[in-house]
Amino acid sequence: MMLLAFLTQTIRIAMPYLFASAGGVLSERSGLIALGLEGYMLTGAFCAALGSYYGHTPWAGVAAGVAGGAAFALLYALCSIRYKADQVVVGVAINLLAVGLTRFFLRFIFGSSSNSPRVPGFSVAETGSGFLALTHNPLIWLGASSIPIVAWVLYRTPFGLRIRAVGEHPGAALSVGVPVERVRWLAVTLSGAIAGMGGVYLALDQQQFSDQMTAGRGFIALAAIIFGRWDPRRIGLACLLFAAAETFQIRLQGISRIPTQFIEMIPYVLTIIALAGVVGRAVPPAALGKADE
Amino acid sequence: MLPPIVALLIAALVGDVLIITYGQSPGAVYRLLLEGTWGNAYGLGQVLYKTTTLTFTGLSVAIGLRAGLFNIGAESQLAAGGFLAAIIGTWLPAGLPSVLALPVFILAAAIGGGAVGGAAGVLKARWGAHEVITTIMLNFIVLALLNYLVVAHFKVFDTLHTSDIRTGALPRLSDMMAMFHGSAANVVLFLALAAVAVAWWYLFRSRAGYELRATGLQPQAAEYGGVNVPRVWWQAMLISGAVAGVGGLNFVLGYKHYYEDGFATGAGFLGIAVALVGRNNPVGVVVAALLFATLSQGGLAVNALVPKQMVEVLQAVVIIAVATSVPEVRRVLRSVRKDRAA
Amino acid sequence: MTAAGKTAVGGTVAVRLTGIDKSFGPIRANRDASLDVAAGEIHALVGENGAGKSTLMRVLSGMYAPSAGRMEVNSRDVTGWTTAQAIAAGVGMVHQHFMLVPTLTVAENIVLGRELTSHGQLDRAAAERTVAELCQRTGLVVAPDRKVSDLSVGEAQRVEILKTLYRGARILILDEPTAVLSPPEVEELWRVLGRMRDAGDTIILITHKLDEVMAISNTVTVMRHGRTVGRIATRDTSPSELARLMVGRDVALVGGTGPIPATTVAGIRRAALEVRDLTVADARKAHAVDAVSFVIAPGEILGVAGVEGNGQTELVEAIAGVRSTAAGAILLDGRDITRHTVRARGDAGLSHIPEDRQVRGLILDYSVADNLVLGQQHRFSRHGVLDEARVAENASHQIAAFDIRPADPVAPARALSGGNQQKVVIAREMGRDFSVLLAAQPTRGVDVGAIEFIHTQLREARAAGKAVLLVSADLAEVLALSDRIAVMYGGRFVAVLPRADATVEMLGGYMTGASGRAA
Repeated sequence: MMLLAFLTQTIRIAMPYLFASAGGVLSERSGLIALGLEGYMLTGAFCAALGSYYGHTPWAGVAAGVAGGAAFALLYALCSIRYKADQVVVGVAINLLAVGLTRFFLRFIFGSSSNSPRVPGFSVAETGSGFLALTHNPLIWLGASSIPIVAWVLYRTPFGLRIRAVGEHPGAALSVGVPVERVRWLAVTLSGAIAGMGGVYLALDQQQFSDQMTAGRGFIALAAIIFGRWDPRRIGLACLLFAAAETFQIRLQGISRIPTQFIEMIPYVLTIIALAGVVGRAVPPAALGKADE
Repeated sequence: MLPPIVALLIAALVGDVLIITYGQSPGAVYRLLLEGTWGNAYGLGQVLYKTTTLTFTGLSVAIGLRAGLFNIGAESQLAAGGFLAAIIGTWLPAGLPSVLALPVFILAAAIGGGAVGGAAGVLKARWGAHEVITTIMLNFIVLALLNYLVVAHFKVFDTLHTSDIRTGALPRLSDMMAMFHGSAANVVLFLALAAVAVAWWYLFRSRAGYELRATGLQPQAAEYGGVNVPRVWWQAMLISGAVAGVGGLNFVLGYKHYYEDGFATGAGFLGIAVALVGRNNPVGVVVAALLFATLSQGGLAVNALVPKQMVEVLQAVVIIAVATSVPEVRRVLRSVRKDRAA
Repeated sequence: MTAAGKTAVGGTVAVRLTGIDKSFGPIRANRDASLDVAAGEIHALVGENGAGKSTLMRVLSGMYAPSAGRMEVNSRDVTGWTTAQAIAAGVGMVHQHFMLVPTLTVAENIVLGRELTSHGQLDRAAAERTVAELCQRTGLVVAPDRKVSDLSVGEAQRVEILKTLYRGARILILDEPTAVLSPPEVEELWRVLGRMRDAGDTIILITHKLDEVMAISNTVTVMRHGRTVGRIATRDTSPSELARLMVGRDVALVGGTGPIPATTVAGIRRAALEVRDLTVADARKAHAVDAVSFVIAPGEILGVAGVEGNGQTELVEAIAGVRSTAAGAILLDGRDITRHTVRARGDAGLSHIPEDRQVRGLILDYSVADNLVLGQQHRFSRHGVLDEARVAENASHQIAAFDIRPADPVAPARALSGGNQQKVVIAREMGRDFSVLLAAQPTRGVDVGAIEFIHTQLREARAAGKAVLLVSADLAEVLALSDRIAVMYGGRFVAVLPRADATVEMLGGYMTGASGRAA
């Protein structure tokens, strides 16, 4: 029973990471740094709350959240691909913009500085936190399949082949007629839509939007991408690993000697280790960050 | 010079849109913003206080960028510097004259921030780990670590801050001049200005600065010029971190006289904006810091009319606009030059 | 002066280019260039660096549009077409620098852009089958599921050829294909190309290696300075005639090549620069520089002639200290500097004019004055502070001495013309204390007046007792300045001879591998 409860909580915690990193890896494999994942998620969460509230159904929230995440990603694509702005700067700014806009409209539409009113979600029953309840939540199914679907797209479809080519050697892709910019626009927009789902999950799970509710999950997703060496299968495992560590820390609070802050650090420390190549080299796509060349 | 102006115009436009959406008149809001910042002594004091912190983080990012490195970790470096200074401050004997205490504080803050920056620098120089990711990761790691240290060991009961430093606290401007009454602006402002002068001199007059800028501009040519590029990298990150760390003194020495969890929030990202708008030039950084501090404080002032979050939106818009207009302006100028030559 | 028109080999004309003009800014890469290729033949296009061969082929393949002239492929007017149209019409180009995605497999690289699918998914089996069929047809052998980064250079080239065939190429253009191949791989390439020709494909081979031209081609077109200067059936010509056409000197043929004269710098005290068995590795080839040894005496200019890409760049970089060596030693005035840093070599008396001034020689956004102290900044500072006065004084002195224009020390280097930029580099490297100078392509992209000036500087350095290693792709320059001349081919010095013994065709022969092939 303990194990089942542990598993359930891990899965729930992993959902946003799975969505965000699944989206993020598409962007990164095509050569565009995915620093804005946090912003896509936060926007997705807000739009989900908005959609669910006014549409009176969580599915409206899903639609709105996906659209919101995609819209933000379009802005990033415009600045990075068309105007060739520095991807790191724009990524950081996208996150700030998301915080500012969500706060502004939170005040403007819902009249609050901290959270929206309650919105319809997918929770089956109020007490539905058990494993069975999970299986009734369509978002759980979507989240669990996000990584496998992205893996399939990347490795089994022509679009995925082109994404991989464009992210490693855009010159070679160009020389065989692949429309490099168009592929990147598509990959980035999709990344925003899928990452936005991570926010949708958060908002509909808690059945409200609260200020800065993503709380750095976008960066943990980025850490998972790097720690997973830009391979969706490894990334999925990394997400589960990070989520398990969090579950561990929550359950053993008070019992374990390890301070919570150190558990929090785990994803970030692991990422640095991966980058330093201590346990195998984490080599990014060769054209990552160089959309101006 | 052109991109920041373009960016500000775009930001003003977006601001107008948001203000009108909220049902207010842009004119009224901008007037209130100016009144609340430069129009009264308390507001001005707050602006100067925020300018001080942003000058340090802006210089930090600017120095890094001059070496071709992107330091996203100014926030954790700021916090680490402030923390170390605060802790040292509780250990120094009371009654130690400020003249002796101040260098100790500066050194402590520089070491705190420098250690964090330097760690990212070594990771890059030795293992080629990209500094953008490592500084972001270190942000989380260091802030979590500091939170732990405060909560578990150093905090004053029922608060999230450390004990007061016993000596060496610096006076606020309001202590010296009645006009700034109550505002947080303090003598560390002058330290910031001194840092600007030192940074300018370092970048443009010293040999190390010559090599640092060369590395940032054309690392291959720098290598041919005998520069040890990896060494420049980690030294630049060390300095960048140290400068941000010293910025922590603004809060710890000049304002609250203790370290408080969360005092550095947002200063790192804004530091990036400041460096960008200031075109990585120390003097430009101060001007940009003033601008962003004014916006920040102004947001509070206009909160009655428009949510202060509008300012956060504008800050992000400025960053995006500057980042986008830099390559675009360059491209336009180049094609103009080509047309003229043809 | 064009050779008298010889009749085309074979019947139909596959490619006919006439009067092609193509310029890049002030550089006229092609002027009134022409090409006549019969169907079903292997046609060699030869010329020195900068002759315009690559440009002409890029015009043919659709990468560039010509500003004048006419292009016909299979009797159809295709002037100014795009690469997509060219590929659709069956014209495929294999570039010198491969356009392959290293992390993808052979099959994936081949089908990229024209993927084979079933039910929306990539059909891996179909791709592998197609690759196998192509291999069958040509005799090329490559495993479809291997990652490109694991392939040898020869194998990678096969993939490039298969890429063009997959898209239905019947006219194949290969740009310096053997530059990166070992001798057995070259043999195999000839076999493959022969089979393709026999199957009716047309092949155009860009090369500067005359021994290959004689071995494999049916017809040769020679280009020089952007023009076509000759078109001749291979069996009706010889390497020496081709070399003469390539370099443009009307000199009487010199018979035979004789043994390679030994390097003797007899009777001198100590060599200024000595290089022993220097071996430098390269990402692509095993040995970019292969056990090179030589000696330069004080007051001597050793010129290294050779077509670019034969290891000259790596040799100079290794001696300068920016590239590590796999084996061998470098001695400066008797001191071993093999492990020295760049700065230490400079302090020991080594000056270096890099071949790419805009990337390595100058910091374009720095002022002229700041560039004039690059590499010496520690000598111009005191206690870590730059001595502005001395930097300015140095700048005004150098600007005057080397006639740098505009005579403005604070102007950014970016604003200067190519010739003046080069003068800044030369002023810096030659205006200080040195005993050995490495000059790589010192007059590339420089106007005529500045060229004369630079040559004078080099002669004065020799007269002052300095040792100069001059690396240049410009044979005339090497002949004009050197006391002794070495020819670099395939990473080795295949000849070292006194200037008096060197003639254009002799050097041309060594440079193109037509004579004196290294053991």
